[in-house]
Amino acid sequence: MWDYSDKVKEHFFNPKNAGAVVDANATGEVGSISCGDALRLTLKVDDDSEIILEAGFQTFGCGSAIASSSVLTEIIKGMTLDEAAKVTNQDIADQLEGLPPEKMHCSVMGREALQAAIANYRGEVWKDDHEEGALICKCFAIDAVMIEEMVWANKLRTVEDVTNFTKAGGGCAACHEDIEAILEKVLAEKGEKFDPTAASVEAPAKIAAVKVPLTNLQRIKKIEMVLDSLRPALMADGGDVELVEVLGNTAYVNMTGACNGCQMAAMTIAGIQQRLMEVMGEFIKVVPASEMSKLVSIEVA
Amino acid sequence: MKDIYLDNNATTKVDHAVVDVMIPYFLEQYGNPSSIHKFADGVAKGLKHARQQVQALIGCEHDSEIIFTSCGTEANSTAILSAIKAQPNKKEIITTTVEHPAILSVCDMLEKEGYTIHRMPVDKAGRLNLTAYQKLLSDQVALVTVMWANNETGTIFPVAEMADMANAAGVMFHTDAVQAVGKIPMMLQDTKIDMLSISGHKLHAPKGIGVLYLRRGTRYRPLLRGGHQERGRRAGTENSASIVGLGKACELALEFIEYENTCVKAMRDRLEKGLTEQIPHCFVTGDLYNRLPNTTDIAFEYIEGESILMLLNKAGIAASSGSACTSGSLEPSHVMRAMDIPYTAAHGTIRFSFSRYNSMSEVDEVLKVMPEIVAKLRKLSPYWEGDAPVADPEKAFAPVYA
Repeated sequence: MWDYSDKVKEHFFNPKNAGAVVDANATGEVGSISCGDALRLTLKVDDDSEIILEAGFQTFGCGSAIASSSVLTEIIKGMTLDEAAKVTNQDIADQLEGLPPEKMHCSVMGREALQAAIANYRGEVWKDDHEEGALICKCFAIDAVMIEEMVWANKLRTVEDVTNFTKAGGGCAACHEDIEAILEKVLAEKGEKFDPTAASVEAPAKIAAVKVPLTNLQRIKKIEMVLDSLRPALMADGGDVELVEVLGNTAYVNMTGACNGCQMAAMTIAGIQQRLMEVMGEFIKVVPASEMSKLVSIEVA
Repeated sequence: MKDIYLDNNATTKVDHAVVDVMIPYFLEQYGNPSSIHKFADGVAKGLKHARQQVQALIGCEHDSEIIFTSCGTEANSTAILSAIKAQPNKKEIITTTVEHPAILSVCDMLEKEGYTIHRMPVDKAGRLNLTAYQKLLSDQVALVTVMWANNETGTIFPVAEMADMANAAGVMFHTDAVQAVGKIPMMLQDTKIDMLSISGHKLHAPKGIGVLYLRRGTRYRPLLRGGHQERGRRAGTENSASIVGLGKACELALEFIEYENTCVKAMRDRLEKGLTEQIPHCFVTGDLYNRLPNTTDIAFEYIEGESILMLLNKAGIAASSGSACTSGSLEPSHVMRAMDIPYTAAHGTIRFSFSRYNSMSEVDEVLKVMPEIVAKLRKLSPYWEGDAPVADPEKAFAPVYA
């Protein structure tokens, strides 16, 4: 069984505003019977103020589809149409205290029904701005349509490419076969053949690594250079960083200003280390200078 | 009222007598059956006895035809991959559209590797066309793999007859019998079935133990290689406690097989009759005249299965559904689609599967709560109005935006 929040269960077991609104003047219908989800949202909108006076839903679907519909009607009642138009699917999911990744589309369906109803009231035609596909990567909630579009747009050729551009496949690796199937399909449409050993397309924003081993002086200069490039970001937060010593592959730094004693200092140091390794192409360990005295005293002893 | 478990095709409670025979193999006879000391000397005897208990249940000629595996899925994978490895020149496999994923996924993978997979369709009652099957049999076919009974509908395929036909054409025959073993009587030595899969946890043995029956003389290649266990046909230290447990479970299943086909069947029939009489717009799926005695799969139209299960669960009743949402996919069960059950019904299918632990009073409890559950959800459905579905539902509510 899904791990539904108490809020989802509450709205499922005791749905609010179920049924069609009598004298509704706006209707939005989304979903399809083949996918097992369909929703009709009916609204009664005050013509002068454009305030939503009443909202009702009729839903064919699973527990989270019914809960999403129910919570949506609660969210939008009393809003003006302009306010309601800004409600996102994340708002719906948040109100439900979260939804499992496979079920996020239920909140999307809620938002779409709302958009369709608003367009219906205004006599406009609402345009579905995205198509949802089967969920491929459950770690990062990436669906098939998204992956296909990225493969087309960026000429991706391997699973690694897809992971670099969409994050899909970067977690538990369970979806690698599915991603390969998508690559095979899209590449076939382009008249190419999928080759799992193909070279990666240029990975986004990766700096070419320096191959030759560095002398200590070169290393220190390079570290200073990288720290200089990071300094503006740190100073924006009221902090700074100072290089104290470099021993082999270990750089000792002082976090100063607001960074000093900040809870996030460890994360900042990890970030600096990551950046240094990317630029220098070798392993660098970044350690607070306060650790250096311990190290020296051990060596002396 | 105590919670009611009607999901026995998914898995079963381990029989207490099974647990009892297993315990000594955890605490006393825990030696490796290959070892020569007193911690192990009872184990080989225990395994031998279990092999004979399985043999008795399925009616095979030799106890050496029983290979213990880790589960039904392993037995299925072993059977298919063995058949193609042992006959490298044959590049076709015959199966059905309604098999368990443990068969279909392996076939999908082999298709990518260049094999031709014939997936036989079924009619609206889930039945195969044997004339069409006969035409598919040829010397190009490495294996026919057809389930004995369907896990969702309980529909029984005529595997003995199909094995005869395969044998006459010189084609190897495997059946995934995980739902059938222990529920219907079988006598394998009177059939031409070459391989058969069993899963322990479907018949009150623990999870993590299965069997591949391999008829003597059938060409075979192991899936797992290593030690000499199971005569080198399945390497890996024997799961002795579970094997002994499975043996006991098979002995009990044989003892209760008449009860299963009389008393358990009576419970199923009463539930099915009661539900279809009380609730409008619902129907039983599958082959009503050729089914497992413990299974009924009912489609409740215009509502969705996961919602039904959540309300049943709240009422303390466990069942399962073929809806898309319960599995997190976008399509309802492939079995329902294969039988051409309309979408308005396929998403609302609920399977109730019984065991010898159920009782008639439990049936009455389900009959009491189910009509309310269906009515409650239909009140929310855009395909339902008042006491009846809207006219021409699939057209009346067909959102432009999918």
